[in-house]
Amino acid sequence: MVVEHLSKHFGERIAFDDVSFEVGVGEVFGFLGPNGAGKTTTVRTLGTLIAPSSGSAIVAGIPLSPKNGPAIRSRISMMPESPGLYLRLSVRENLECFAGLYRLDDVRGRIGRALGAVSLEDRARDLCGSLSKGLRQRVGLARALLNDPAVLFLDEPTSGLDPVATREVHELIASLRERGVTIFLTTHRLEEAERLCDRVAILNTTLRLIGRPDELRVQLFRRSVDVRLRAPLDDPEAVFGAVAKVERWEQTPSGYTLAVSDPDLVAPALARALVAADADILSLAESHHSLEDVYLELVDEDVEAKGR
Amino acid sequence: MSFSWTRVGAILHKELRDYRRNRFVIATMAATPVLFIALPTIQLIAASATGKAVTLRVGLSLLYMLVIPVVMPSVVSAYSVAGEREQGTLEPVLSTPIHREEFLIAKALAAFIPTLTIAYAVFGIFLAIAALFAHPAIVSAIYAGTHVLVQLLFTPLLAGWAVWVGIAVSTRTTDVRAGQQLSVLGSAPPLVVIALMSLNVITVSTALAIVLAAALLAFDLLAWRAVAAMFDRERLVTGNRGRSTAGR
Repeated sequence: MVVEHLSKHFGERIAFDDVSFEVGVGEVFGFLGPNGAGKTTTVRTLGTLIAPSSGSAIVAGIPLSPKNGPAIRSRISMMPESPGLYLRLSVRENLECFAGLYRLDDVRGRIGRALGAVSLEDRARDLCGSLSKGLRQRVGLARALLNDPAVLFLDEPTSGLDPVATREVHELIASLRERGVTIFLTTHRLEEAERLCDRVAILNTTLRLIGRPDELRVQLFRRSVDVRLRAPLDDPEAVFGAVAKVERWEQTPSGYTLAVSDPDLVAPALARALVAADADILSLAESHHSLEDVYLELVDEDVEAKGR
Repeated sequence: MSFSWTRVGAILHKELRDYRRNRFVIATMAATPVLFIALPTIQLIAASATGKAVTLRVGLSLLYMLVIPVVMPSVVSAYSVAGEREQGTLEPVLSTPIHREEFLIAKALAAFIPTLTIAYAVFGIFLAIAALFAHPAIVSAIYAGTHVLVQLLFTPLLAGWAVWVGIAVSTRTTDVRAGQQLSVLGSAPPLVVIALMSLNVITVSTALAIVLAAALLAFDLLAWRAVAAMFDRERLVTGNRGRSTAGR
């Protein structure tokens, strides 16, 4: 999937603007952003439900255009936030309807395999209205797998699910990833993206960052070392200033954070300097920034920029 | 990608399955014919067989029969798109390769087929009851003139009109109940002409009945094209009007 300078405006309101990225075959691509950032609109645009205002895209190898809508939709699957099942129909009847819409052959076999992938073979005759929210989500995923999509769009697949159901959906996505399915996952659950995605993009109307989660951390945060001591140093400047490659330091509630160019080089020298200063070291480790830190940093920047 | 009857069949089959389990649809499909067969039948059986009154009673009774193909599909088809939107099933369906024409024809057939079946069945039952219990003068009045022809010709045409009005309203409304009321209202105008014919205000020859039927058929086809033009995926999914959109 290749997206170039794609934008969507609803009159004066900008849903998303100048978004460009690529997603490789078999990649799990996370699309993060706060509520109202334009994630769902982007998915709907790439799924040909909405026409872009400008820009271009290639989805599942086919250029995005009104004429190509049906061809693109036959090669992709979309699972919206709410799975949207016919509640008065059974699981099998729901899947039969969609197998017909995709004009699939070997309907029985495909339904069996899709239900097998989500471990729901024994619930095929149950009415969807009688299923729990987590099971409905799994039926939605089975439906999305029916046509062996080249790209699978999952829009907030764990929204509103309890922790057990969330874990089940995560396991399903992980198994799809192992099967080589290209997945475009929109979420605002950062641990979900960090755990499941090869790369993530952070959208807040415009695309703010894109890359592997560890790359984003490096891109956004300087490397640093956290030091925890039993008691504060009498003269921290004298201790830290004497260690080569320490660029700056600051005191934190739990100790000190030192900006460094290479933590592996600095750590031994730093330990020696602290011992020489009679400090009792509780811990000394490279700082770890989660994807959540990256996300919050970006969203905070946007809030500050809007405030200015 | 070309028009596919497989996709039409998938939606149609789903709709018919859904109707069977939908108490509201079942109630509408059961109550409407019961109501519209009970009233004219009682009226006919109780009628005395004298001159102009017979013609009027027969005309009125047969007019009741033609209310079925107006009311029933209006109520059912007004649910067709708005109901899917309300259930959250519209977006997954529109995300498949289905064309708008396929979607609309499937929805129209899902309202049209049961309506036609029930309306003709009710008319058949009405004729049978009349033959068994009504005065012979009334029975011969039913078969005189163009009454039967009007019933047979106008039942599907009125149903077709009501279906498209119902779907048109359904694509634009978010409230199913309001949509159903609007839809019944919008489907009624052709019934005025039929009423004038049934009550012999307009004297109908076979030729005139066929001409009027052809005109209604033309309106049905125009309504179908208008509904197809109104069908906008973007608007249905987001509530905002699309540009050229991925409407197909």
